[in-house]
Amino acid sequence: MTSRERRLVFEGRVWVLGDDVNTDELAPFQTIGKSWEDARVTLLPSRPELPGLVEAGDLLVAGKNFGCGSSREMAVTNLQKLGFAGVVAESFARIFFRNCVANAFPALACPGVRGSVEEGSRLTMDLGAGSLSNAQGRLPLEPAPYSEHLLEILRAGGLMALLKEPGNGPVGGPT
Amino acid sequence: MAGSPQTMAGKVLARTSGRDDLSPGDFITARIDVAMLHEAFAICAIQMKAAGIEKVWDPDKVIVILDHFFPAPSERHAQGHQAVRSLVEQLGITHFLGHEGICHQVLTERGLVRPGELVVGTDSHSTTYGALGAAGAGIGTTDMTYVLATGELWMQVPATIRFELIGEPGPGVTAKDIVLHIAGTYGVDVGQYRAIEFGGPVAARLGQSSRLTMANMGTELGAKFAMFEADAVTSAYLAERGVTAGGFGPDPGCEYEAVYEVDVSPLTPQIALPHSPGNVRSVAELEGTKVDQAFLGSCTNARADDLAIAAEVLRGRRVSPDTRLIVTPASRQVALDAARSGAIETLLEAGASITAPGCGACPGGHNGVLAGGEVCISSTNRNFRGRMGSPDAEVYLASPASVAAAAIEGRITDPRKYWKGRIQ
Repeated sequence: MTSRERRLVFEGRVWVLGDDVNTDELAPFQTIGKSWEDARVTLLPSRPELPGLVEAGDLLVAGKNFGCGSSREMAVTNLQKLGFAGVVAESFARIFFRNCVANAFPALACPGVRGSVEEGSRLTMDLGAGSLSNAQGRLPLEPAPYSEHLLEILRAGGLMALLKEPGNGPVGGPT
Repeated sequence: MAGSPQTMAGKVLARTSGRDDLSPGDFITARIDVAMLHEAFAICAIQMKAAGIEKVWDPDKVIVILDHFFPAPSERHAQGHQAVRSLVEQLGITHFLGHEGICHQVLTERGLVRPGELVVGTDSHSTTYGALGAAGAGIGTTDMTYVLATGELWMQVPATIRFELIGEPGPGVTAKDIVLHIAGTYGVDVGQYRAIEFGGPVAARLGQSSRLTMANMGTELGAKFAMFEADAVTSAYLAERGVTAGGFGPDPGCEYEAVYEVDVSPLTPQIALPHSPGNVRSVAELEGTKVDQAFLGSCTNARADDLAIAAEVLRGRRVSPDTRLIVTPASRQVALDAARSGAIETLLEAGASITAPGCGACPGGHNGVLAGGEVCISSTNRNFRGRMGSPDAEVYLASPASVAAAAIEGRITDPRKYWKGRIQ
């Protein structure tokens, strides 16, 4: 599979968090530069059991303003390291969303998602189609559309991969 | 063909993308005017070299400075600084500003950011440059690596919201109180995916330092940019720094997504309770809350005028033995100005601890990190759980006057008892 065919559909068990989850919870400043094992146990102090329970491929659903705060990219990469395959939130803080795109971490903004999904249930997020569904079918929600522009970065596997791929100019132009 | 009238953000992005027909929601590739990096430079430089790129796109447009952890509090941090210095050398970075203070303060006080420029920084509070009429935005390290390699970055054109500041601020009410009031009233996501313009008669009469405070807190409103019109105040500030710059503002008749009129006349000193900058009340409502630490620092409120206000409050008084006052000037220049004005002497006489300039305790790095159960009143920007140390500590955000007043009593108290100064 070439990087250009990287899949954009993710299915997994859901964990649910609240509003305004900030970067000090996702990547406490004092753990930056420390070992992953030391950092891991300090993540998400409002749900301290969660880092120990997440399994690879799980999805995160959160409230509004997810990832607010610092520009530190560990807020995204820590979620990837915990095993999360993607995150759906009512809305994202802008730097966090950019960092998701840069690291090819699927992040979908979707008003109404938090009240529509229960923790422990299974959810499918399709970035290409811009849809969310469960076993019963497509959820009656309208996720913010992903532009072809951003899908290109995700398909490439992130901004660095795009930079390294021969023949790739800077991402640009209208979509 | 000329495009439709644009807001300040629209004008900056039209120029830097070479398009004059922009609408909110459009994706563009923008050419960056200034790229600012602090200690995160090491991450970006290593990432760049790993991608086989050996030089930055334009060394003249890249600025590197050490601020979060200077002087190094541990061997690990010293090694980080060592790496930055070595990579600065290897990549031919000409604008390495050493450890002169907090990035945003040093760039502005040296006139390195100009009205209408597009500035990105590896620090979320890069909205601060909006105080000079520039479009400043925080970005992550991978985005910044891409900028260092290409000079370009994808952006989505934001809608603009405008806060019209009207009325007459009362004695003891500062720019920090106004912006905390906005966060409390309109919410910490009012500016999400958006650009903010601060305007109106109150904005027009604010000095550069007050504008820096408010633009800085634009990040806590979720904004991509938080801009003041560049006017005679801006030109005078830049002229003192040897920079000639004209005005920069929105086109007449441009479209705003929303305009909020904020009457500052009835405002009292404001304070944000744990654990959100939007959890705002009047300081008077918190009267008597015991504080273990009072912190005067950060890119929000640790300039010479902030230290001068704290000195006025503390002149002839003592910091309560029940608490401690830590003062971290925003830059070496600020520390020098405050030493010359006598503010540093007054603060030391009152019992304050003065640290080296830099970010210090604000992000919980060093020089005043909190233990579990401790309470801190702080002139900084963010009071998330764990921000200044233990997740079991509590941080209250307020103006320098409120911080100094709390230091005297060891408890939160209305600063107007000690200071009835007018907003500058």
